Amino acid sequence: MVLISVVFISVFGLKSGIEFRGGALVEVVYKDSRPSQDVLNKNLQTLNLGSVLIQPTGELGYIVKSRDLSDLEHSSLLKELTLEENVATEISFTSIGPSVGKELARKAILSIIFVVLAIIIFITYAFRKVSRPVKSWKYGIITIITLLHDIIIPTGIFTLLSHYTGAEVDTLFVLALLTILGLSVHDKIVVFDRIRENLQLNKKESFAETVGTSTQATIVRSINITLTIIFVLVPLYLFGPETTRNFSLILTIGLFFGIYSSLFFASPLLVLVEEWQKRK
Amino acid sequence: MWKKVALALIILVIGGVVGLFVFKSEPRLNKNFEAEGSFFKNHPFRLGLDLSGGSHLIYKADISGVPGGEIADSMDALRDVIERRVNLFGVSEPIVQVQGGGFISGGEHQLIVDLPGITDVEKATEMIGQTPLLEFKIERPKDQPITIKPDPDGKIDPDVLQAQQFAETELTGRYLQKATLEFDQNTREPMVSLQFDDTGTKLFAEITKNNIGKMVAIYLDSSPISTPVVREEIPNGQAVISGSFTPTEAKLLVGRLNSGALPVPITLVSKQTIGATLGESAVAAGVKAGVIGFLLVALFLILWYRLPGLVAVLALSFYTAVLLAIFKLLPVTLSAAGIGGFIISLGMAVDANVLIFERMKEEIRNGHSIHDGIHAGFKRAWTSVRDSNTSSIITSIILFWLGTPLIKGFALTFGLGVLVSMFTAITVSRIFLFALGISKSNNLTGFLFGSGFSGAKSQNK
Repeated sequence: MVLISVVFISVFGLKSGIEFRGGALVEVVYKDSRPSQDVLNKNLQTLNLGSVLIQPTGELGYIVKSRDLSDLEHSSLLKELTLEENVATEISFTSIGPSVGKELARKAILSIIFVVLAIIIFITYAFRKVSRPVKSWKYGIITIITLLHDIIIPTGIFTLLSHYTGAEVDTLFVLALLTILGLSVHDKIVVFDRIRENLQLNKKESFAETVGTSTQATIVRSINITLTIIFVLVPLYLFGPETTRNFSLILTIGLFFGIYSSLFFASPLLVLVEEWQKRK
Repeated sequence: MWKKVALALIILVIGGVVGLFVFKSEPRLNKNFEAEGSFFKNHPFRLGLDLSGGSHLIYKADISGVPGGEIADSMDALRDVIERRVNLFGVSEPIVQVQGGGFISGGEHQLIVDLPGITDVEKATEMIGQTPLLEFKIERPKDQPITIKPDPDGKIDPDVLQAQQFAETELTGRYLQKATLEFDQNTREPMVSLQFDDTGTKLFAEITKNNIGKMVAIYLDSSPISTPVVREEIPNGQAVISGSFTPTEAKLLVGRLNSGALPVPITLVSKQTIGATLGESAVAAGVKAGVIGFLLVALFLILWYRLPGLVAVLALSFYTAVLLAIFKLLPVTLSAAGIGGFIISLGMAVDANVLIFERMKEEIRNGHSIHDGIHAGFKRAWTSVRDSNTSSIITSIILFWLGTPLIKGFALTFGLGVLVSMFTAITVSRIFLFALGISKSNNLTGFLFGSGFSGAKSQNK
């Protein structure tokens, strides 16, 4: 899965939205019927705005994407979108300079890095009492490795989606990834917590057995909690605001793989690390 | 036993009161909203721009001309000036904030202006960008020749000629203390009366003293608006501009003069407008999604966990009421992302309960009585609830600290949600469960505490 996702990402590439790239987005809605895209394209060519992308939205609207616009360009764009009596009403307008975009992208990347670092440190601290047989910082590292898995797969699926629907990477996408990070860490901590407890209770069992029983004990909880969160996400996707639609979709995908990875990926990795240590 | 029941009842009452507050202070829900006391009226949800409609503008401040130590001061001064300008136009609850340079924001100093309800960006940027430049000029001394080059057609530009007629003085709008609107007692014409500060008063006295009988030109934004003739020295620093203003123009000029000039030049780098209808439908959709999500979760909890599930739903309702009340009282500005954070925190609140109930079931299955099982379930599940929620709180703190406004909104509601849920999911549901006073194990309780498709009878061997 991870491999396939990486292939998707490298083949289709991640399209960053205007928030990160800089650019303008105008959303208009027409009263009775919207004109065809070709007509509008022709009209807009006279403005010399470079490449302008027009996407239909809702039943009567269009989203127009271009480079960032000055006030003058913005008003002439609106004029061109209006065809005689069929007046285009602007319902939202965003124009972001390239420098702001760079800053947002920088902040997004920085926040991911900081969150990941904080999680390693916290897990190392929280599991400091279980230094045997596997050191607690290794729990942290394993968590991060599985987190990479949890993040790469939804990203891969998203690139596939965006290839067909034109969805772009925006702040909400980053937010979805961060939430997946958070929820997936939740999950790993619950499994590790059980391992921690069982290691102290039950010193006769082998490490692999302890990990096995602990994983089994938390399976129902993991599945149920994913179900409940999916229960709130699905309505958010179906009935929620347009802006959070992609967000809830990515989150659902991410949650599914997050559960899968804490049960069948994180725990076996722990055992693997322990066996590898023994051999040395 | 009675203590426990009383405690549970108290919690129920508190939850009810908090819920009533949320309901009563919300005009969309409460039909008698107009009749409510001011306490309720003053606490509606504060909606972000993306939900209420409005403009969001980001300016970059050019601080290259400001010495390093004074950057913070001049950015604050800039914010004050912009705030005054925005307030002039009667925008309700505008937000003007400065975002510092520093490592995180990439070294740029920015000014962020949120204008709720203003959806015309051109108008908004215009009213913020205007810098009135007030200058006082005196007649050029006679011995200085006027040099004007005729343009290629051999004509002389009258503006250029006039500009040559007057010489600049040091007196500008910088030395203005206050401008007020007045009306001429005879002609009823609007006038703008100016009061200079100490330096300005001295300069003005000097100018008037040296130019008795001559014209002094008052320039606004490089064009002369009034050229009165000086009759005597004016030592008290008061001047009157009486051009051919309309009352509205004069009022606007007074406002602009009072708001002052920008201490730092700014350029607009990003603008965003959201139509009010778009925001309204986003709110409606968010609320709908939240309600449906809540009902689905409640249904699932009751069907799967039966009696404890019902308790969890009560705890969850309590949680929702408390959190919404916190949003109102703080107040937290809710954006679409913030509502998303809140909805996800609902899921997290359930997580703690699911952890506890699963553990409880396990303990009962391993031979504990139901009463002991409940105890052990809460005790054993605590470490994982604590650790997993701590990591969520750490995440939300980092996001709040680093994030862009959108991410901040999410992190705030999410973080608050996790904090409140730690209390409600653990304390509140524990109080309720013990208040039920179930200690004996029989078929009925076994069924009530069972889950999924099986009962949870103790398997005493």
